[in-house]
Amino acid sequence: MSFWVETVLLLAAMCAGGWIFRFVGRKVTNNKPFFRDMSYGVAFGYVLGAAVLVWLIWAYMLSRSSDMMVANKYFFLGKAIEGFLIFAVAAWIFRLFGRKVGTEGSRKLFRSMPLTASFGIMIILIYAILAIFAAGIAPHGQEEVFARANIVPGGDVNLGGDPAFPLGTDQIGRDILSRLIYGAQNTVGIAFVTTCLAFFVGGSLGFLAATLGGWTDQLLSRAVDVLMAIPALIFSLLLITVASAWFTGFGLTVSMVVIIAMIDSTRVYRLARAVGINIVVMDYIEAAKLRGEGLAYLVFREILPNATAPLLAEFGLRFCFVFLTISALSFLGVGIQPPLADWGTMVKDLSSFINYAVVAPQIASAPLLAAGAIALLTVAVNFVVDWMLHKSSGLKE
Amino acid sequence: MTEQLLKVRDLKIEGRSDETWNPIINGAGFDLKKGEVLGLIGESGAGKSTLGLAAMGFTRDGCRISGGSVEFDGIDLVNASADVKRNLLGKRIAYVAQSAAASFNPAHKLIDQHTEAAVQHNVLSRADSEADGIELYRKLRLPNPEEIGFRYPHQVSGGQLQRAMTAMAMACRPDLIIFDEPTTALDVTTQIEVLASIREIVEEFDTAAIYITHDLAVVAQMADRIKVMLKGDEVEEAETREMLSNPKEEYTKSLWAVRSFQRPQKPAVQTGSTPVVSVKNVTAAYGKVKVLHDVSFDIHSGRTVAVVGESGSGKSTAARCITGLLPPMQGHIEFDGEVLPLDYRKRNKMQLRQAQMIYQMADTALNPRKTIGELIGRPVQFYMGLTGNEKRRRVEQLLEEIELEPTQYINRLPSELSGGQKQRIGIARALAAEPKFIICDEVTSALDQLVAEGILKLLAKLQDELGLSYMFITHDLATVKSISDEVVVMKDGRVVEQGPKDEMFKPPHHAYTDLLLSSVPEMDPDWLTDLLKQRGVDNIGDAAVSNM
Repeated sequence: MSFWVETVLLLAAMCAGGWIFRFVGRKVTNNKPFFRDMSYGVAFGYVLGAAVLVWLIWAYMLSRSSDMMVANKYFFLGKAIEGFLIFAVAAWIFRLFGRKVGTEGSRKLFRSMPLTASFGIMIILIYAILAIFAAGIAPHGQEEVFARANIVPGGDVNLGGDPAFPLGTDQIGRDILSRLIYGAQNTVGIAFVTTCLAFFVGGSLGFLAATLGGWTDQLLSRAVDVLMAIPALIFSLLLITVASAWFTGFGLTVSMVVIIAMIDSTRVYRLARAVGINIVVMDYIEAAKLRGEGLAYLVFREILPNATAPLLAEFGLRFCFVFLTISALSFLGVGIQPPLADWGTMVKDLSSFINYAVVAPQIASAPLLAAGAIALLTVAVNFVVDWMLHKSSGLKE
Repeated sequence: MTEQLLKVRDLKIEGRSDETWNPIINGAGFDLKKGEVLGLIGESGAGKSTLGLAAMGFTRDGCRISGGSVEFDGIDLVNASADVKRNLLGKRIAYVAQSAAASFNPAHKLIDQHTEAAVQHNVLSRADSEADGIELYRKLRLPNPEEIGFRYPHQVSGGQLQRAMTAMAMACRPDLIIFDEPTTALDVTTQIEVLASIREIVEEFDTAAIYITHDLAVVAQMADRIKVMLKGDEVEEAETREMLSNPKEEYTKSLWAVRSFQRPQKPAVQTGSTPVVSVKNVTAAYGKVKVLHDVSFDIHSGRTVAVVGESGSGKSTAARCITGLLPPMQGHIEFDGEVLPLDYRKRNKMQLRQAQMIYQMADTALNPRKTIGELIGRPVQFYMGLTGNEKRRRVEQLLEEIELEPTQYINRLPSELSGGQKQRIGIARALAAEPKFIICDEVTSALDQLVAEGILKLLAKLQDELGLSYMFITHDLATVKSISDEVVVMKDGRVVEQGPKDEMFKPPHHAYTDLLLSSVPEMDPDWLTDLLKQRGVDNIGDAAVSNM
């Protein structure tokens, strides 16, 4: 009960605080337009934001407390705050670096870039480097099994860690750090290939439907409607099951790539058709048609260059979805197969440790490392996509 | 009555682009008395809309007032707080936008939007405001004033919507209304109606107004005083009559002289010669709705045929039939005496090459992702089979023909050109196919008058040099006068009248041609008053058309 009383009191205090903040602001700045035209809601927002900030600092202090019980309670929040600050500073330095180095064009790009976008680009670059040079960077092989299983991440000997394995080992003694790095290669690489395939198929068919219209459009669109009506994850599970029985020669991974690409190409088709239909009605398409141009020229030389901005943005988002789908399928056991390292599988294999979160957060963090890798890339890609959408919307519409 | 309502002094406005502030208005000022109408005129980009909005103490996003003052009835609008402005805007200062169709909320009935401001500002109760709205609709001579307010914006025509918008601005009986090009998007016959009703109601309620437009003849009817703007600078300001009869600055004089370009009528075509394009008894339909009824006309070699009519009269549809985009239901198209396949997909390259098209909106007619060299080079390569250096030389030659410096423009994108230059590229692309016949679909109506003049002169020059034939679709009779040899007047998908230009502009006309001709505003400030006397207030615009 006292929790509710406290909450209500706190809210009341913040309501009053908002009013006082605005009143004092007006007095101190001698009625500057910023405070003069501030509505009460905005003033309350400032106070609320300040309160949250204070709570976060307080929680971070608790996570550093010497009392293990208290520290454990705020362990993940503390790590999240640390991570946030480190990444923010890194992104800021990265952007500063980009503004000083490179061609005139790239420097200009970095100058107008928000911090979120530079964070996204930095993370994507890091992932790309890890994925490409995985064999050189990873300290151990992805299939290498060591004597000690279940070493706790963190490298602290007192808590069951081992400095030789900074992120610990999994349930059969494989180095988690190495597997995370190889996972970037497998998961991200396969997701990239799948997305490209989905875009090639969906994009071509979408533009084709937009340009030709009529029966072609009806046929393709209704077929896509049917495919989209079936829940994607269940549909892909079903198809993979069928494929594993029918196409034994290819291996599960290839059929998974094709199946996910087909299912995702329906979404790409929808977008490409919608964008294409807006372009097809333009006079320059009419001019090209009247000139007698063929279909391929219309689609690839007239329509495609004008659709790149929305398609590129969709590519980023679609990549995230494909990537999450692959991880989800791997988690369910039908995705990327062992012994290949994959983040989804890694979360699944160690998922039982999550129950230890309250008593021993270091142990529970083992499965969360792979989950964090997934989340980080998804957030990074989304930031970059947001930025690109914002930029392209500034030019058109 | 001599009370100063609005004082604008040395106003400077800047806009933000590429991280820097660039001046949009470099110091403009004017006074407005109660009940006075000031006309603001200038080309696009002259800053007239920005100045108009600034008179309300408002700037668009990304703009700021960087100096000067705006004083409305003793209140400093530049430094006024949001609360103070909220009390003024809508109540004492109102704004009528260019496109009423885009400015009304499509989800609410007209009367609901009408009463909103009055109720919000506690001027009238909802019921009173509704009754007042109906009264205003009646004053503005909207049909069915009792019921029209209960329709949604899409159920009302453009001209009526513009008048409903004026009524809405009047809802609180403001002291000042800013009209931002309220008739630019309308047909001439509709424009007259809106002009007459705006002028009447502004006079009746003794409202001060700022009337922004690029059309001199329109501003001559509306304003007591005219202020001319050029690229953010004020050029001159004077009483309307004095400004019209005795402009002082060079720029103003050039604006006044724009309508003087006229080419002489060519001699009549020899009887029996084969026309380049012949439209024979064409009937066409979109789906089941017939939009062309038995249309026939000929276009002879080296001649310009102007097709005139209001929007919806079927003039663009006729062009679509000729190009083959809309195969006619009946009738056929002959080219040099040879019958063309109806559908463009069945025509061969040669047939397609001979008839080219120039579009109204150069923005949508040029692929924004291609350079000028690629845009003009494509037809050169496609039809003539030229590649490499030959192609480049031909493109340069074409650019010279349209009076653009090749080295400077060949690698630019359309977005790096002005409206007039884009339209010239459209012309060059059509010329690249070396056609005999070009359809010009409202090619000058999106351009400023001076620029449009340049395009018309260029088209005339090209016609003389290359012996081209033009089908010139337009609703602007001044353009028709300046460029055409023959005129085809269309209404509701039918050809009402056709003949050589000189005959068409002399009476006797068909009644509809007469209405079109007499609806074109003239520079004379008494023109509208005289016309209203002559036609009677209830027989102008749409009313006159439907009476026919």
